[in-house]
Amino acid sequence: MLSQALRDELAAIVGRANVHDGPAQLIAYSYDGTFQQHLPDVAVSPTTTDQVAAILRLAYREGLPVVPRGGASSLAGGTIPETGGIVLNLARMNRILEIDRANSCAVVEAGVVTARLQAAAEAEGLFYPPDPSSLNQSTLGGNVACNAGGPRCLKYGVTKDYVLGMTVVLADGRILRLGGKLIKNVTGYQLAQLFVGSEGTLGVITEPILRLIPLPRHRATAVAVFRSLDDAGVAVTAVMQAGVLPVALELMDNLCINLVEDYLHAGLPREAEALLLLEQDGNDPAAVRGEVEVMAGICRAHGAVEVRLAQDEQQRAELWAVRRAVSPALGRAARNKLGEDIAVPRSQIPAMVRRIQEIGRQFGLTIPVFGHAGDGNVHPNILFDRTRPGELERVEQAAAAIFRAALELGGTLSGEHGIGTLKREFLLEALGPEVVAVMRAIKQALDPKGILNPGKVFPLRAGETGRAQPGFLLALPALAGLGPE
Amino acid sequence: MRERVHPLLAAEYDNMLHCVRCGLCLSVCPTYQETFDEEESPRGRIAMARALTEGHIGVTPDLLRHLDSCLLCDACTAICPAGVQMEELGVALRTVLEESRPHSRRERVLRHLVLRRLFPHMGLFRVLVRALWLYQKSGLQRALRASGLLRLLRLAEVEALLPPVDSRFLVPRGQVWGPRAATLPSQRSGDQAPRQAALFAGCVMSTALAEIDRATVRVLQANGFTVHVPAGQGCCGALNAHLGDREGARLLARRTIAAFEQTPEMPVVVNSAGCGAMLKHYPHLLANDPAYAARAQRFAARVRDISELLYDLLREGQLNTAMGPVGLVATYQAPCHLAHAQRLRAEPLALLRRVPDLELRPLPEADLCCGSAGVYNLTQPDMAARLLKRKLDQIEATGAEAVISANPGCIMQIAAGLRQRAAAQGRAPLRVLHLVEVLDQAYCNASQENASPC
Repeated sequence: MLSQALRDELAAIVGRANVHDGPAQLIAYSYDGTFQQHLPDVAVSPTTTDQVAAILRLAYREGLPVVPRGGASSLAGGTIPETGGIVLNLARMNRILEIDRANSCAVVEAGVVTARLQAAAEAEGLFYPPDPSSLNQSTLGGNVACNAGGPRCLKYGVTKDYVLGMTVVLADGRILRLGGKLIKNVTGYQLAQLFVGSEGTLGVITEPILRLIPLPRHRATAVAVFRSLDDAGVAVTAVMQAGVLPVALELMDNLCINLVEDYLHAGLPREAEALLLLEQDGNDPAAVRGEVEVMAGICRAHGAVEVRLAQDEQQRAELWAVRRAVSPALGRAARNKLGEDIAVPRSQIPAMVRRIQEIGRQFGLTIPVFGHAGDGNVHPNILFDRTRPGELERVEQAAAAIFRAALELGGTLSGEHGIGTLKREFLLEALGPEVVAVMRAIKQALDPKGILNPGKVFPLRAGETGRAQPGFLLALPALAGLGPE
Repeated sequence: MRERVHPLLAAEYDNMLHCVRCGLCLSVCPTYQETFDEEESPRGRIAMARALTEGHIGVTPDLLRHLDSCLLCDACTAICPAGVQMEELGVALRTVLEESRPHSRRERVLRHLVLRRLFPHMGLFRVLVRALWLYQKSGLQRALRASGLLRLLRLAEVEALLPPVDSRFLVPRGQVWGPRAATLPSQRSGDQAPRQAALFAGCVMSTALAEIDRATVRVLQANGFTVHVPAGQGCCGALNAHLGDREGARLLARRTIAAFEQTPEMPVVVNSAGCGAMLKHYPHLLANDPAYAARAQRFAARVRDISELLYDLLREGQLNTAMGPVGLVATYQAPCHLAHAQRLRAEPLALLRRVPDLELRPLPEADLCCGSAGVYNLTQPDMAARLLKRKLDQIEATGAEAVISANPGCIMQIAAGLRQRAAAQGRAPLRVLHLVEVLDQAYCNASQENASPC
């Protein structure tokens, strides 16, 4: 419980109306895009970097946890205020401050929704490529803090490749202005990049400066159906070695195809083991189409039983509608789902998918797989019903098995969602003690009191062995605190 | 879940649990887009409802505030990947909260009068609207507005919303009007049964905006329909449901169903998006009423918005396309209960594109609520005014000379806003038209070309 004096101090910074501390209001700042939930002591909605700095000075003085939050669409628990404290609602800092055509960049406030910047850039003939599937609700501050990805990142790179600089507020309230409207800049350490992917544990990003590139004018899309998953895997590596770089190369496995078909009734081949969606973009329509035909040819040569090229914008939209239906189809197929985000070297994708299928059988769980085959980032989604006794325990075991399988295949825990609370107990297994020690040293240097998004990223219970202990999922706050039971 | 939870909340619990908290609904929620406060978002409201159901919070003032501020526009339902039905949840919540809300005696009496006396009794409703007409025609309106008395009584905002009342009401008495068009594609082919439709006349539509009902009848006639107006029909009950009077809504639903059983088989045509959404929702409302559950299913399956019915004709090449030029630059504002609740988005635009000499300018955020939302503009005037301003700014920026919509609430709200703006700037307001009025004009202009009266 926050004292009235502290509430008054916060109100003096942001205005009484921007302090949210009613019992129902606190509920609204207790969750993210996962199943976790924990109440903050208060939520505040600042509108300027100076207000953010003033809030952090207060929090630093009092040793209060601060959890920055944009669209709260995190799939890793990154914005759960699991130790209470202050939730910093940055959604109202949502001005696009500048789209600089001469220098091909944008200066935005942290709360600008990704799709809004994309639309504003496109209106100027410019392009902001990173496209997390949450782009209609996620904010750029959160995208930078979590180094968000998306299908297009195969060709265009992830969020970090578009961060030129930022204004960031440190734990004690100091304001840093890093980088600038410069492509090249090696003056000193690349501190702006240090905050990319820091998940709110090192500072509060308030004004990123983002690179924009010319908007490609043409796109072409194709879908390839494979009877065998291994054929699809070989086709992916063959496409990537053929001298073309597709803008997207998306995979759906057999379970995914069937769940989408149940939902969309689009006439998908239910017996197919894999479906690949390929897309290319560029400025020369013939070249763009030519490259998609090359990729389509490679798929046919590697066992695709059917390859279809979109002939017009409507057919293209229909192909993408299938891919976009994955999330709702999975959402409706079960009461709960745990969306994972491992990444493996792309040559290992068929092996990884097979391992996931085995794990599903072993634990009696349905685990459809989809993802970005071109860059090896796949999303096994564990479907479950947490009201069934013992089911959550099996989900936890399956998730652990998936993480470890990814690490064994030379991969990693998370491609684009981040670590948050969901994967933190596996950090030591993934990175080793030396790397984690260096990360802790950086955290200690920038946030000595540990007030910024406490508990996120770093393991809490891994112990001496560094191995994740049972309970890494079950002990999370949704289930212990404000759960359904 | 809590030990003793309200049965309506218990019934909605599964609906609440469907929310996967992805936050996509934030991108379309009018109150969130105005405030950027999570408690003003659908995801926030679902979480609060769940916390209430599970007993983590009670009925607190902030809970009431953020649940009351929901427009029930259903934009969130339409976009939800997990299938949460927000309007159903919202109506249940309103009903539950209404029971535990501290009401003054005056509020209780007023609620009873409006919800249980006025809307269920069309005769009384018509008398009242007729009195309004008298008020507007007699010069009393001008006198009262000039006197400042309305402001004193805090009725100025309500009064400003009133549309100019039509002088002729359409009273449903079982009328039957035959088709008008001489040469229709289907009749030429001669292989189809004569077209029949039963008009749901509505309460506001059949009185204050009766010309829209008459235009609907004419447009149906022009497309070869025999139009029936079954007696005994009245208000659909949407207002009751949105104000937390679920029982009142059920009462009106049963009556509506019975009235339209007099004209079985034929489609029930509606020109009010809000009513149409409600009529299609009767099966849910009456699901546990053994005498009406199946009848509600049969009834709802017959309900068609006028744009839905005409679009089906258009798609089959059966629409009467003998239209004359209307000479209009307009923009289309999509009513929430058409675009979101009934998912009719492309249909109205496809019809309007067939109208000669109608230039349609795209309206940004065309399907974001205008703030009318039933009586929301009366219960939540501040948020309604913010949304109306946003809408009017966007409408004016299109440079259109008219706004086309398809729902009485939107039409009255936008027209009132435009009137106020025009008066402040000393110019004539933009026109606000119902979709069927534009089609009616087009048919009328065609027959004028043929030198026959319309």
